[in-house]
Amino acid sequence: MSTPRGEIPKTGSGRGGHMTVTSRVGAAECGGTDTPVLEVRDLDVAFPSESGRVHAVRGVSFDLEAGEVLGIVGESGSGKSVSSLALMGLLPEEAQVGGSARLRGQELLGKRDSELSRLRGRKVSMIFQDPLSALTPVYTIGEQLVEAIRTHRDTSGRDAMTRAVELLRMVGVPNAEERVNSFPHEFSGGMRQRVVIAMAIANEPDVIIADEPTTALDVTIQAQVLEVLRRVQRATGAALIMITHDLGVIAGLADRVMVMYAGRPVEVADVDDLYRRPRMPYTLGLLGAVPRADDRERLPLTPVDGNPPSMVDLPPGCPFAPRCPMAVATCRRTEPELLAVDSARHRAACHRSDVLAERDLAPGDIFPRPQTTGAGVGPDRREQRPAVLEVSELAKHFPVLKGTVIKRPVGTVYAVDGVGFDIREGEALALVGESGCGKTTTLMQVLELAAPQQGAISVLGSSTAELGRRDRKRLRQRMQVVFQDPMSSLDPRMPVGEIVGEPLRTHGSDAAATAKRVRELLELVGLRASHADRYPRQFSGGQRQRIGIARALALDPQLLILDEPVSALDVSIQAGVINLLEELRANLNLSYLFVAHDLSVVHHICDRIAVMYLGKLAEIGSVDAVFNTPAHPYTQALLSAVPLPDPARERTRERILLDGDLPSPADPPSGCRFRTRCPKFAVLDADSKQRCIDEEPPMYDRGTDHGAACHYAESLEVL
Amino acid sequence: MVEPGRTVSALEADEVADGDVEEPEPAGIPRRRLVFRRFLRNRMALVGLVVIVLLFAIAYLGHYLTPWDYNEQDFTSFLEPPSAEHWFGTTRTGGDVFALTMRGLQKSLVIGLLVGLIATGFATVIGTFAAYYGGAVDRVLMWGVDLLLVLPAFLVIAVLSPTFQGTTWLMFVALLALFSWMVPARAIRAMTFSVKEQPYVQAARFMGVSGPRIVFRHIIPNISSFIIIDATLQVGFAVIAEAGLSYFGFGVQPPDVSLGTLISDGARSAISYPWLFLFAGGALVLFVLAVNFVGDGLRDALDPDAEGGSR
Repeated sequence: MSTPRGEIPKTGSGRGGHMTVTSRVGAAECGGTDTPVLEVRDLDVAFPSESGRVHAVRGVSFDLEAGEVLGIVGESGSGKSVSSLALMGLLPEEAQVGGSARLRGQELLGKRDSELSRLRGRKVSMIFQDPLSALTPVYTIGEQLVEAIRTHRDTSGRDAMTRAVELLRMVGVPNAEERVNSFPHEFSGGMRQRVVIAMAIANEPDVIIADEPTTALDVTIQAQVLEVLRRVQRATGAALIMITHDLGVIAGLADRVMVMYAGRPVEVADVDDLYRRPRMPYTLGLLGAVPRADDRERLPLTPVDGNPPSMVDLPPGCPFAPRCPMAVATCRRTEPELLAVDSARHRAACHRSDVLAERDLAPGDIFPRPQTTGAGVGPDRREQRPAVLEVSELAKHFPVLKGTVIKRPVGTVYAVDGVGFDIREGEALALVGESGCGKTTTLMQVLELAAPQQGAISVLGSSTAELGRRDRKRLRQRMQVVFQDPMSSLDPRMPVGEIVGEPLRTHGSDAAATAKRVRELLELVGLRASHADRYPRQFSGGQRQRIGIARALALDPQLLILDEPVSALDVSIQAGVINLLEELRANLNLSYLFVAHDLSVVHHICDRIAVMYLGKLAEIGSVDAVFNTPAHPYTQALLSAVPLPDPARERTRERILLDGDLPSPADPPSGCRFRTRCPKFAVLDADSKQRCIDEEPPMYDRGTDHGAACHYAESLEVL
Repeated sequence: MVEPGRTVSALEADEVADGDVEEPEPAGIPRRRLVFRRFLRNRMALVGLVVIVLLFAIAYLGHYLTPWDYNEQDFTSFLEPPSAEHWFGTTRTGGDVFALTMRGLQKSLVIGLLVGLIATGFATVIGTFAAYYGGAVDRVLMWGVDLLLVLPAFLVIAVLSPTFQGTTWLMFVALLALFSWMVPARAIRAMTFSVKEQPYVQAARFMGVSGPRIVFRHIIPNISSFIIIDATLQVGFAVIAEAGLSYFGFGVQPPDVSLGTLISDGARSAISYPWLFLFAGGALVLFVLAVNFVGDGLRDALDPDAEGGSR
């Protein structure tokens, strides 16, 4: 694994401009094959805090070989980001850092900031999660790249600018010569992250640390950026530390994976071993908790109960023991060392890993798989069941206004432009698409219960255009919403009992009845009734989302609108909420409108799926039809971009990478809106192309409950 | 084949995590009671509350403690320092400073608290409603705010006060309040704009909760820190503003006094005859401090993130 990748780097744009980089690979090869680039030993970080000393990182050791990609996976609070910040010397002053980190033999920890500054960017560089705040808005990206280059190198401004253009080309920014003079705000999120990557490799560092580099990006953009990262890493021969919570992203990128829990690595292994033969219950738990887009059976997920421990006063023993179904007395007494299992390269910190190894257990074997009574869809065919929500030809246009005193319209944003779908009783429909596709606008239109600009919305048979104030309020009881962010969707200044009871009080329930119902609801979602007089802040993210769900269920609604309800949660917690949602749907005969960007989650929860692109539906149909035989080129690209937590499949999968970004909804392309990025359009002959340009594709029916809005739709298996 | 799976339900797991075994309480103690409980736990706030009550008590009962009345003069002692006869000393004209301070305190306590409450209440309602409803409501209300801001308050009060001459001095409280709510109203409006966008406000809206209820239940509690701080500042400000106006002949007129008039009269000879100034000034400082403590206590009681937030 220590062999540096000496292959000739390829640049995606194919326009060359990587000469300097090629020579760098040679240097890396000479630099030594056996000694690791980065040796971390017993890294330990603690922060003083009001409630005590927060021991965020408790002894992390690893070697990073040249050209190696090490993935660090863990949930929030596991210490993965803090470790990397400690290596970069970027922690706040009050942090107490112990241990050792040697970069090519040179100790990094304990160095003064000015000394570290000379190394940062030149030897080690970092890519942060948020590309928006990683670039200074008032300088052009060229200036920022030049600054990055000239800080560490004595070159003329002109040479540095040439190099900047070269770097931009390398990360696949089109028209690099022109775009180098643009400001960050003129770039989309994905493009900005490319610029950040360009800055990170500007001085050909030995180590690149990427902290959740694609978490803020859409799935097709994520695929692009990961591709760039992979290419750049190979081209520069740098070692890459990839920090993420997403097991799918790591699977396709890393050579080796380290799983962290409560500030310590609990398992380290080569990527295939880790996914195929996990030897630590926590890793198993994580793998069992991830919904998979390619899972045909859709068994209930295996959530890991409980919450990660507080890092202030850790009790003795394995920190995972309270959540571990295999814990024995020893686990609660002594904390296990990270020891070799199976082979020297596979190490796990678990007293029971020998049992796991011996019996080769899978997640479902050790974590209790909750029993569900199957999906809530009744025996009738969907056409026979009554519709709870019908949306037809819905459009919402926002005027673009200009002028300070007198605002005059100068254009129109076609946020939603003719969307139609229906949800039958007991059914879950997912509305998916990337940011800017109009799914949130659609959702808000439905929630407002007001007459839409164009088209019609009808909830439980009554059209929103004909509702009076009273009717609207009555209808609100039947339709409730759960929001994405469990932190901000609960009033921080209200006790939980009042939050859950608010819809009841609003619709005229008296105090005693409300109190009784609140107790029932809290228990229904897996909380305790005595929690009612606590404030939301005293709960963890998963619990808060359960409170949000309890509030939505208070009035016995028939339709629940879920706006990305699990995307803010950690994997092991997310699984519990997904299972809860499935269970509730089955038991209470609910219908869901599930808005999400995570296709794996959607695949798990929903019966039907509607894919949106630029204000229009691209494809709609049953989950099986759409996932197994996607017909619209956009759906195919979207599905092929979904990372799978399976290294072997990730390596062999072919991704359909889309070019560029979403066009502006203020100026959508004529005809088919997807044609500007469509891989199919690109290979059509001129006549066929003309049809895409002139004629807007209607929703072509593709058999039972499946439709695609493409003139040349063809099924393709991508998962 | 598998280890006997220790099935931990979410409930039990939570119990393990919390580590507390509490009595099953009736679900949902109303927020008002919770806030009240938390307020009572704050010692400084309680001290502040007691001080305010004591100040009121002494202001209204003080004249039973001394034979002197505030409008009486002792022609045997002018500008005497504090003594057994005159506890706080006497003024140039032989007035008893203790009696005067108590009388002044009566006025200033009421003016301060009332102006603070009325102005802040006004600012809160106007600011939140303008921002919550937006559009035309916002524009009209903000026109009103801007109009009042550009009007020179001092002149208006000067012009208006002959009209109210002889009527109750509470009219004066109303006038002071009328001219001190606009700036906080603008600040509150700005804060409401950001709170209004929070998902919990939207959630309430989609639940069918009416606009005014959302404002009072969700928005105001969430900007209450600012409102409370503003109210405590207003109290101090009102006492001083009243002094300024009284000095020019509006507001509290001799022989009646307020802390403000006492301070402005005494300040001129603060070095040579400190008792003229110190006692009135001290009373004002004590009062404003007590109000601040109460304000802080109230703020912490409403804010679950504050220290001692967890029950």
